[in-house]
Amino acid sequence: MASYFRPTDLSHALSALAEGNLTVIAGATDYYPAQVGRPVDHDILDLSGLENLSGISCDDDHWRIGAMTTWRDLIDADLPRCFDGLKAAARQIGGPQIQNTATIAGNLCNASPAADGVPPLMSLDARVVLQDLAGTTELPLAEFIQGNRRTACNPRQLLTEILVPKALETGRSGFIKLGTRSSLVISIVMVAGLVILDEGGHVRQVHLSVGACSEVAQRLSDLEADLIGKPLSADLVKTAHFRGLTPMDDHRGTATYRLEAAETLIKRLLGTLNA
Amino acid sequence: MTAERVPMNFFLNGSRREAALRPMARLSETLREEFGYTGVKVGCDAGDCGACTILLNGRQVCACLVPTARIDGAMVVSADGLQANGFLSRIQHAFLRHGAVQCGACIPGMLTAATEIAAAYENPTRQQVLDGLSGVLCRCTGYQKIVDAVMDAGRDPDYLKNPIGPAGGPAVGARLPRTDAIAKLDGSAQFGADGIPTDALWLRAVRSPHMAANFTLGDMAPLFERHPGLHKVLTAADVPGNKCYGIYPDLKDQPVFALDHVRFRGEVILALVGERDTLDAISNDEVPVTYDVLEPVIGLDAALAGDARQIHPDKPGNVLIAADLRKGAGDPAECTHSAAGQWQTSYVEHAYIEPEAGFARRRGERLEIHVTTQTPYMDRDEVALIMDLAPEQVRIVPTVCGGGFGGKLDQTVQPLLALAAWLLERPVACVFNRPESMMATTKRHPARVKAQFGCDGDGRLQAMKMTADFDTGAYASWGPTVAGRVPVHGCGPYLWPHVTINARAVHSNGPSCGAFRGFGVPQVALAHEALMDDLAESVGMDALEFRHRNALRAGDRTATGQLLVASAGLDQCLDALRPHWSEAQETVRRHNDTHANQRLGVGLGCMWYGCGNTGMSNPSHVRVTLSADGRVTLYNGAVDIGQGSYTIMRQICADALGLSVDAIEQVTGDTDLTPDAGKTSASRQTYVTGKATELAALDLRQQILRLANAEESAPLSLRDGTLMVGAAEVALTRLTADDNNAVLTGEGIFDPPATALDQNGQGEPYGTYAFAAQMAVVEVDMELGTTKVLRVVAAHDVGKAINPTLVEGQIEGGIAQGLGLALMEEFLPGRTENLHDYLIPTIGDMPAIEVILVEDPDPNGPQGAKGVGEPGLVPTAPAILAAIKSATGVRMHKVPVTPDRLRAAIITKEKAKVTAE
Ligand SMILES: Cc1cc2nc3c(=O)[nH]c(=O)nc-3n(C[C@H](O)[C@H](O)[C@H](O)COP(=O)(O)OP(=O)(O)OC[C@H]3O[C@@H](n4cnc5c(N)ncnc54)[C@H](O)[C@@H]3O)c2cc1C
Ligand code: FES
Ligand code: FES
Repeated sequence: MASYFRPTDLSHALSALAEGNLTVIAGATDYYPAQVGRPVDHDILDLSGLENLSGISCDDDHWRIGAMTTWRDLIDADLPRCFDGLKAAARQIGGPQIQNTATIAGNLCNASPAADGVPPLMSLDARVVLQDLAGTTELPLAEFIQGNRRTACNPRQLLTEILVPKALETGRSGFIKLGTRSSLVISIVMVAGLVILDEGGHVRQVHLSVGACSEVAQRLSDLEADLIGKPLSADLVKTAHFRGLTPMDDHRGTATYRLEAAETLIKRLLGTLNA
Repeated sequence: MTAERVPMNFFLNGSRREAALRPMARLSETLREEFGYTGVKVGCDAGDCGACTILLNGRQVCACLVPTARIDGAMVVSADGLQANGFLSRIQHAFLRHGAVQCGACIPGMLTAATEIAAAYENPTRQQVLDGLSGVLCRCTGYQKIVDAVMDAGRDPDYLKNPIGPAGGPAVGARLPRTDAIAKLDGSAQFGADGIPTDALWLRAVRSPHMAANFTLGDMAPLFERHPGLHKVLTAADVPGNKCYGIYPDLKDQPVFALDHVRFRGEVILALVGERDTLDAISNDEVPVTYDVLEPVIGLDAALAGDARQIHPDKPGNVLIAADLRKGAGDPAECTHSAAGQWQTSYVEHAYIEPEAGFARRRGERLEIHVTTQTPYMDRDEVALIMDLAPEQVRIVPTVCGGGFGGKLDQTVQPLLALAAWLLERPVACVFNRPESMMATTKRHPARVKAQFGCDGDGRLQAMKMTADFDTGAYASWGPTVAGRVPVHGCGPYLWPHVTINARAVHSNGPSCGAFRGFGVPQVALAHEALMDDLAESVGMDALEFRHRNALRAGDRTATGQLLVASAGLDQCLDALRPHWSEAQETVRRHNDTHANQRLGVGLGCMWYGCGNTGMSNPSHVRVTLSADGRVTLYNGAVDIGQGSYTIMRQICADALGLSVDAIEQVTGDTDLTPDAGKTSASRQTYVTGKATELAALDLRQQILRLANAEESAPLSLRDGTLMVGAAEVALTRLTADDNNAVLTGEGIFDPPATALDQNGQGEPYGTYAFAAQMAVVEVDMELGTTKVLRVVAAHDVGKAINPTLVEGQIEGGIAQGLGLALMEEFLPGRTENLHDYLIPTIGDMPAIEVILVEDPDPNGPQGAKGVGEPGLVPTAPAILAAIKSATGVRMHKVPVTPDRLRAAIITKEKAKVTAE
């Protein structure tokens, strides 16, 4: 018979994980759809009782997003403008029911190439905190997600927090999602960005990322480098900046289309970040 | 095995509850199975449809994604619990007032989501409503009336005091609320999966994952050993009667269980029958089936290739059927102006929110099947053949039907349940899951339509040619109907001296294609409307005026040679559109002068549609009775699949009889109780069954008048069981009652006048035709290739709107499906078998819709009414494609026009322009 465990204490959760092969669920919005037509008979560790993992706080260096924070919690939170892009993504995740249930951390752990949370968090230089009985490890998001549905989280670990450096707080941020219908849609391409300008209006720091155009969303580091020190403008964007992307052909769009759309969306994003 | 039960404490629909529940069971399942709250609908189990939406601590969530354990300490509200003290909530009442309910499958989810909105905002804005409902899909309504209802809900504090619908006066033409609305709003309506007896066994079909394969079955004994709750494995050997079924008597080609060969992905190999938990625990991999996979024949080119593998031994060249229409010998290529092109469409899935479901039980030597269906009598006769029983030994009881659109006209659960219940002598139930529903059931035919149109220098149509090939997939289903409808409608609603049309339905290893709203006509309409635009441009005429000049009118003969004696209102529809068309063209011009990337476009689409079956008898029979205690009962076999036939027939009956609607009780679609009113398809129920209802009611009225010795115009009234004619009481108690408890019985049979088509496609295939013209305004993002439909104006000649609210609902819902066909819907076997890969329009995708009703009465229809079920959909995609052309200069020849396809076409055009320069 399958087991079900819903601890209220993180250490109990970690001990249970250390003992055996458990399937972790947070919002379960990725879990249940994968079970259609199959028995729901995994040994489950349900994180929803871990109230300490819920909510967004900040300390001297970081904004800290607890693993059980839902997209709705994020939308409702009073946050600096560097989070505008992530909030824009949150409003476009599924529909309201999904936003009310699904967690940001679950979106990262599920590691879909089309996960809408990943590009904005990459632009925020997010790091994740993994914890097991032995202690905690911190990883940049880009290292945490290793491929399609593959992460650095081992079966004994939980992702407990997502960290965003406070240094980016003043950045302007944005997110654009491209899909075939208005809601409940898997992105064909999405882009996110964050920019900090100096007093003269020149780019001091810029982070731009593209999702659904490679196994793992990517930062456009060549483009970022080319923009530094210049007035923010879409004119500097070149097709060559997107060479690192490796989009797929599928029923949502051809690879050629995705590449071109990524460029168009990045140009538009730079336009909105300038406004 | 699922985890052990855990005790929980919670508030559920207003009461405090304690129960030991399965922690990981989907909350939707728990609420339905353990608490009987079947107002929680299950459309997908994957968060995609939102039908299961409930409020958890005041927040809308999909109950199918919530582990039951999470309700411990929480407050749960489902649509079943929205009423307070027996009164409809503000939101429910607004849905009732606005006619926001059709099939009802999405309604519980809509209501709970709307309740969250109402709690947050007293008078929500349109955008707040759209955002709040963006996670619930509706396939019927086009969302318009739902949005109106939610916006309006808060506006009237005394809402319960307001009467709904007009008091007194004629019922026909009144905006009466649906007869079945309240049950669909309070969650009590019983759909296919709702009334299943607790002692039922369950059945699950095991289906082929391959499109083409030979297979052998292994030894089932180990499966029984491992799973003691497995009672039976049904295979072809168990079928006592016909091993195959099909719509046409001479085309029974689809096996109940495949014999040793499968022709499409999703074909039934065998069925497992047992305890529900047992079935849930058996994975398909455990079932011993060995496949020898064959290279599938996919698509028209492969199927028609000279060396193509033959899908059916008796269908050489894979051609199921071909039909031609020839009128005159003129050639469009020789006309002063001519235009030509080729169009291609994709598989389209019905995507009703309620998947196939039902249960059967054996009662002695009879079978009773409760099932969600569009066609109880055909179900009865088909099951009887398969079971080797007399038709009278089978009773079909249609449940509330959560959407059909043509998809519930074929056999799905019926034969499997019948066989299992008969052999095991236990009630047996089956509910398809979403992937199964999408994989196994029929689709709209993908079509390739090649056509050329020609006209003279004055812009009068002269000659047209069309060849239309339809991929009909593995089995015939309704495929032959393509050969009926397509030649008749291929030339569009216009007057032509010369017409040549060849249509074929071709077998492949794709899913079987069957009936789907509009049946082949939406596919050919893409071609005829684009060519009308091209010809207008070539002649130098306005697109609307060109259509107006050539519109079929009363007194004209159609391409089949049929004289339209009356009720051909296309010119009136175009007249109604004209001011909108001029204004929209001006708006588009002004906008595009200053916008290079976000461009607007406007386009037109016209259609005509024959109501009823093509060139064959399709009668409806209706009965109206009067009992000794003064009760009038309408025996209405026209199954309501959301379009409203249970409301319409009462309205028609009331006026014909001369009594108020409230006096009409109704017994609906049940093959033991109601006479055969045919299928709910082909836009025939209002027209055909409506007329039969009128005749039955008039028959009863005549009998009453005769009894009272009163004149024709004498008023009838019914008060407290006393029937009055004028001031005189009719003494009913002196009459003897029959088995039905009726003292008087009115009968009505109507078969629309139609004749079979000859080998040149000539004849009078339909009793009447509906006409429509729609205009669409779109915005196209030139760089991304995305299209947003901003506005649709739809003018429809419906003969007479029996209930304008219901008519508008049909048109608005049709437009939503037309929009889906145009922009996003493409079923790909094995790839889009769920509602997140297969996209249907959400609430935010819908344009503003204005419906204009044109009433050019049909002499045969009830009070002049014609059908409107399918016409709403037909002109929409052509209008959208024309609008895209207007915005971008690009004519799209393949639907859906996805962003990548449109962008590629725009690039090609830009390159051609550069080269030309
Ligand atoms: C209808 C629908 C629409 C959707 N739309 C979108 C969309 O628009 N964009 C988008 O990006 N996604 C979308 N999703 C996917 C999904 O909702 C998101 O990925 C969501 O954020 C997942 O969060 P969750 O808490 O529900 O994850 P869960 O299903 O609970 O978990 C997902 C995975 O992560 C693991 N996991 C979760 N939390 C932890 C943790 N703390 N530590 C270790 N492992 C963990 C789980 O084991 C599991 O493998 C949609 C899903 C549905 C059903
Ligand atoms: S059944 Fe839950 S969203 Fe479809
Ligand atoms: S009424 Fe919405 S799905 Fe039928």
